[in-house]
Amino acid sequence: MDKTVNQKAWFLVLPVFLVVAFSAVLPLMTVVNYSMQDTFGNNQFFWNGVGWFKELLDPSTDLGGRFLASLGRNLFFSLVILAIEVPLGIVVALSMPRDGWTVAACLVTLALPLLIPWNVVGTIWQIFGRPDIGLLGYVLNHIGLDYNYVSNDIDAWVTVIVMDVWHWTSLVALLCYAGLKSIPEAYYQAAQIDGASRWAVFKAIQLPKMNRVLLIAVLLRFMDSFMIYTEPFVVTGGGPGNSTTFVSIELVKIALGQFDLGKAAALSLVYNLIILIVCWIFYTVMTNAGNERKPQEGAA
Amino acid sequence: MARIDLVDLAHSYGGNDAPEETFALKPVTMTWRQGGAYALLGPSGCGKTTLLNVISGIINPSRGKILFDGQDITPLSTQKRNIAQVFQFPVIYDTMTVGQNLAFPLKNRGVPKAEIDKRVAEIGRLLDLEPYLNRKATRLTADAKQKISLGRGLVRSDVAAVLFDEPLTVIDPELKWQLRSKLKALHRELDLTMIYVTHDQTEALTFADTVVVMHDGRVVQSGTPAELFDKPAHTFVGYFIGSPGMNIIPAEVRGREARIDGHVIALNRSYDSLPAGARIEIGVRPEFVEVVAPAPGLLTAKIERIDDLGRIRFARARLGDGKLAARAPAGFTSSDDTAGLKFDPAHIHVYADSLLVEGAA
Repeated sequence: MDKTVNQKAWFLVLPVFLVVAFSAVLPLMTVVNYSMQDTFGNNQFFWNGVGWFKELLDPSTDLGGRFLASLGRNLFFSLVILAIEVPLGIVVALSMPRDGWTVAACLVTLALPLLIPWNVVGTIWQIFGRPDIGLLGYVLNHIGLDYNYVSNDIDAWVTVIVMDVWHWTSLVALLCYAGLKSIPEAYYQAAQIDGASRWAVFKAIQLPKMNRVLLIAVLLRFMDSFMIYTEPFVVTGGGPGNSTTFVSIELVKIALGQFDLGKAAALSLVYNLIILIVCWIFYTVMTNAGNERKPQEGAA
Repeated sequence: MARIDLVDLAHSYGGNDAPEETFALKPVTMTWRQGGAYALLGPSGCGKTTLLNVISGIINPSRGKILFDGQDITPLSTQKRNIAQVFQFPVIYDTMTVGQNLAFPLKNRGVPKAEIDKRVAEIGRLLDLEPYLNRKATRLTADAKQKISLGRGLVRSDVAAVLFDEPLTVIDPELKWQLRSKLKALHRELDLTMIYVTHDQTEALTFADTVVVMHDGRVVQSGTPAELFDKPAHTFVGYFIGSPGMNIIPAEVRGREARIDGHVIALNRSYDSLPAGARIEIGVRPEFVEVVAPAPGLLTAKIERIDDLGRIRFARARLGDGKLAARAPAGFTSSDDTAGLKFDPAHIHVYADSLLVEGAA
């Protein structure tokens, strides 16, 4: 193939280079730079090599201990909300009406929590759960449950999880609903003819047809919950103690609270790397799931 | 296996209060005998799929009853009716193998495993699906998928009837022939009542021993292919069946004579008591009209073109305001595009308001 060599084309790419450089590459390199150094304020920096990374992965150090503990909490949190939101979202989608004006009403109602800004969601639940003035907290205490998310670890966890379920189950439900809507009526009719029970219809038709949107839902919910910051920060501030301190909250504490730029930079790089790896795994799984669906020619 | 009776059955998508002319399925009373091969033939939108879905229970009829062997099953759900149906487009359970797909209707009904395996193997053999039984059904072509759908319809040996809703739409023409003959063979082998919906007359006439023709929500005739051809009960049947369709010509009929533009055409039977004020037409198939050289006493038509179908030639002609097709005998040529028409009196039918009138001998 003969290609015309035209160096002027570089000028067309240049603006993109500049934008990406200033918005992504330079900030990232700054972080990489910080992660190799230590600072004691006054803009004085000292070379530390891979010291911070070693500390990060070593649970016996203060940094490593805090990082690994928050990572564990974060993974546990993601696991719990996925285990609740995905089945719940499917159930909600299955019980939604399939036509009529109620569809629009359901969709709008479901979309409401998604439209509320994160910190407002946090504030809503922070007040809602307060034992003195919050409806939820007051009622729970009134009926004899000793509920206080400020002082009790489990109560704090329950609040944060319920808040996330309230905020994001709609997303899973809407995605599943879209998946369900795309199933042709003939499938249900055929299943009726075949004498399939409700459960068999779900297992043989609805679940397989939904599995692509479910993958997307799981991916989105995992990423979001893994990066969660605002809502728990507003409700519990990471407490009581460190019990609801997730990775992002820990990161902000180190970076802005202690102003340990080196430690924070190293932490954020590792944090970023984990997210990239998880994304890659999901991407691979999803592309393969797509390939599996392609019909094989000449099989008739 | 059962005899299916429809008693005054009708359905309207607009509810029972809608005027009857708007009904998708107008009241029909008829019987489908056990073991028959039926075709439900009609143009798109004539209500044939509605009728099928009412029989299978996917649609609840607005009025009337359906009896299986004399037992009223109208209120029963699809699952409880003993019926199988194959749809226009293949329906495949993605996560299952071909064999599991075929076994699905049996498994749902709690048939013992040994029996399931036997039936699946048998249907797999009949439909040439044997090599694929252990493969995932999603990876097959549309043809193979539709065969699986057919197989799921045929796998239950105890069904009252198997309903096919234009099942061969997605299949290649060549395979269509094969599959249709296969279905016919299966019908003989399995002794099932089959109802086959189609808008393709060739498909209907080759598959069925009884063809039920529907038009505008109404069953207009049901009979053997020969009956439909020789004695259409409705002008629509005459026109819809046969290629080219029957010629329908407005005429005045009195006694044993029909008059078209003042020309007299002899009839074999006598029609003395035609309903007054009705629209009277005569119908004659192109096979029984011959174009000949113009001669006095013969009705004259203007020839537009002659279609050579190889076996037979048909002249397309204009008669007054209407069109007409007629057989052109070998060697027929026309110098000035006009021709005389010779009718075969034995095959002329008289229609009053589109319905066949039986003449007296």
